[in-house]
Amino acid sequence: MNKLAGKSKPTDTSLEDIEIDLFVRALKLRHGYDFTQYAPASLKRRVLQLMHAQQTGTVSDLTTRVLHDDQFLTLVLEGLSVPVSEMFRDPDVFSALREQVFPVLASYPQINIWQAGCAHGQEVYSLAILLEEAGLYERTQIYATDFNEAALRHAQEGIYPAREAQLWSRNYLAAGGSHTLADYYSARYELIKLDQRLRRNVIFANHNLVTDEVFCEAHLVLCRNVLIYFSDPLQDRTLALFRDSLVRGGFLCLGTRESLDFAPSAADFVPVDAARRIYRLDTRAAGRE
Amino acid sequence: MPRPEAIVIGCSAGGLTALESLFADLSPALPQPIAVCCHTGSATVDLLCELLDKHATLPVEEARERAPLGGGVIHVAPSGYHLLVETSRRFSLSVDQRVSFARPSIDVLFDSAAEAYGEALIGVVLTGANSDGAEGLLRIKQCGGIAIVQDPADAEVPAMPAAALERAGADHCLPLAAIAPLLNRLCLP
Repeated sequence: MNKLAGKSKPTDTSLEDIEIDLFVRALKLRHGYDFTQYAPASLKRRVLQLMHAQQTGTVSDLTTRVLHDDQFLTLVLEGLSVPVSEMFRDPDVFSALREQVFPVLASYPQINIWQAGCAHGQEVYSLAILLEEAGLYERTQIYATDFNEAALRHAQEGIYPAREAQLWSRNYLAAGGSHTLADYYSARYELIKLDQRLRRNVIFANHNLVTDEVFCEAHLVLCRNVLIYFSDPLQDRTLALFRDSLVRGGFLCLGTRESLDFAPSAADFVPVDAARRIYRLDTRAAGRE
Repeated sequence: MPRPEAIVIGCSAGGLTALESLFADLSPALPQPIAVCCHTGSATVDLLCELLDKHATLPVEEARERAPLGGGVIHVAPSGYHLLVETSRRFSLSVDQRVSFARPSIDVLFDSAAEAYGEALIGVVLTGANSDGAEGLLRIKQCGGIAIVQDPADAEVPAMPAAALERAGADHCLPLAAIAPLLNRLCLP
């Protein structure tokens, strides 16, 4: 009797999973970028997309290039971070920030805001405009961080496709903007460029939420739709990092569909506006003085 | 063949009416979780859930990030996010680029669910105006699951079921009215 009969070959799916596991480990061992605690389903989609874009036949071919071709890292990081956002996305969140959070921030002589995972910077500029119109920007320092250098450069330039401007203008007005968005950008050809004066109080810096530690003392941390890509333990670790970065009574704003049900560190935060995922550090939690 | 452990459904144009009638005919005793991706244009997921809940025999709620799929519950993908099923059989969300101009995308839901449930999954493609869902349905079939497609001749907008038939084929191609009875037969113990 053939001993192999009935022993099924691994399906393509499980082979792919082995390859992705090896790819992720290669990236970590060779370059120090750790995606091992990312939520697997989205990570797999991104790796397979990268494979198709690079027209390599298998994920293992990507792994070979990760190990032997140092130039390849930039492309990999871009492919694995896929930063997609818009200005004033979820306008009601920005109105809520202005109405419920800014009045408290206004009581501080110097305001520090950490935008974690700023990607291409759409929300950094949104926030700067909001602060400007509230008369708070002059005494605000925004730290805009991301692990992806290319994304940070893009964020610093503030150049976006003009076709986005219409939606962003609507968002801006829905968020309660008091001018028109066009006052803050110049359009040329198919592009818009955000007024670089908006950048005057922004520090763009490389920071990796997976591996890096506390680096500032913040009154508000914005981190929207970043933790959705993290596994439960990494989400929890990151929330603890935010807790340790916030001043006593500091604010945290997450994406409107994010769930804190599986993160023990969430107990340190109390909702200010639960539907819009705006929280405040619980007074019993150890905030920074 | 094992009993199915989950059902995923995709639709776009004409989808709301189709889902209302489908959900009215499902057995309230179905033990499987159901996940739905419906391109709604401007309608919010809150409104969609509210409308569907009026007709459905099973509870309808928005799919929540990180929550396990609930047996006998219809989970609807939130607007503006891709909905995925992890192999731990919990939901996750992403704001990655649109797929086939859509977010949520049916392909993304179907692909991930196929990996999580393998042959114990049923995929259903209903009325719609584009080809989202065709690749995902193929993935479901490749992983051993069951593909059900609404007969394009019966669909309010035939493009989506027609694309699914062409790309993936179907184990069952039926008019809408016959799909709930089939699901009941396949899924009830």
